[in-house]
Amino acid sequence: MNGPLLIGRDVRRSFGSTVALDGASVEIDAGEIVAIMGPSGSGKSTLLHCLAGILRPDGGEAHYRGKRVDLLSESERSRLRRDEFGFVFQFGQLVPELSALENVSLPLRLGGMRRRDAEGWAYEWLERLEVAALAAKQPGELSGGEGQRVAVARALIGGPRVVFADEPTGALDSLNGERVMTLLVDAAHSGGTSVVLVTHEPRVAAYADREVVMRDGRVVTPVLAS
Amino acid sequence: MAVSHALLGLLEAGPRHGYELKREYDERFAGGRPLAFGQVYATLARLLRNGLVEVDAVEAGAGPERKRYAITDLGVTDLDKWLGRPEPPEPHLQTVLFAKVALALLSGRPATAFLDVQRAAHLRRMRELTALKAKGDLAAKLVADYALFHLEADLRWLELTAARLEELAAELSR
Repeated sequence: MNGPLLIGRDVRRSFGSTVALDGASVEIDAGEIVAIMGPSGSGKSTLLHCLAGILRPDGGEAHYRGKRVDLLSESERSRLRRDEFGFVFQFGQLVPELSALENVSLPLRLGGMRRRDAEGWAYEWLERLEVAALAAKQPGELSGGEGQRVAVARALIGGPRVVFADEPTGALDSLNGERVMTLLVDAAHSGGTSVVLVTHEPRVAAYADREVVMRDGRVVTPVLAS
Repeated sequence: MAVSHALLGLLEAGPRHGYELKREYDERFAGGRPLAFGQVYATLARLLRNGLVEVDAVEAGAGPERKRYAITDLGVTDLDKWLGRPEPPEPHLQTVLFAKVALALLSGRPATAFLDVQRAAHLRRMRELTALKAKGDLAAKLVADYALFHLEADLRWLELTAARLEELAAELSR
């Protein structure tokens, strides 16, 4: 495929009378790791949600592999998110009633894979993220850093083309934050996966290939992928 | 910090005598370490020699002649270049970064432009250090971490400053 993998063009989105995105534009290439930075309220997470098909923009366009994500129906966007994207959030993303292994295998199960096969894959991913010993534990029994590594495994298990990570290390100390970022970036690089990383921490942004800076709902750094 | 550029920045607002420049510099940028008169006049002499300032008026008085200095077009160009250039990212740049922001605001230039180029320079350096960490041994990682935390502190300060530019501009113009 030619051209950028993800494009946001003049994206606008408001919540009531609050303008979150005021014409934000960004382009992200396949395999590229891009950090979206900016002060609180500058629109970082809203831009991520619009690019990932979680939110529908009020105006502008969101493209993924040359297709208009913003024109898809709710069920089409839901399928796109499940089949092509992975997600890591700050917290609250693992299903509390399921074990770490079941959480990680969930995307494959939703895609129709048999339980035994899905859990075999999930176990390999837990090993890769150095948390295989915790496979049987429930999220409530995991530390913040352990839970995030399980979440990264779940985001990557389906072989997504893009991982959207919103403050993935926001609730972690420096050492655990570093581990999670190193594992995420290594896995993304080896799988050719793009990562869209929202963070307000410069040390976390420094794992990305480049940064996109937002102010008042707009991107103030150059739009084009280099 | 480059005293010469601070003096050029102050002169851009209008011609000044040497002692006025010293007073303003001490108030805004000295941080408890006032300039010596000798340094002010030596700096002005060098700026004069390089054509960045000129003597705008000479007042004869009871004591020595009092020269009033003005910035030249060449001086404005030089100041522009300095303000637009990011500082090499290294820890503890507070004095020079603050001076650039304040001088940009005092002279009606967009301080956000400077903050943006400085942020980009800092993040570039932080990416290099992060890449080094991936290859190096633990000792190398720890050394890189020290620099990363200090650069991050600089960047946090830059973001906070960016969020307070209007407030700072209002305070400086008083």
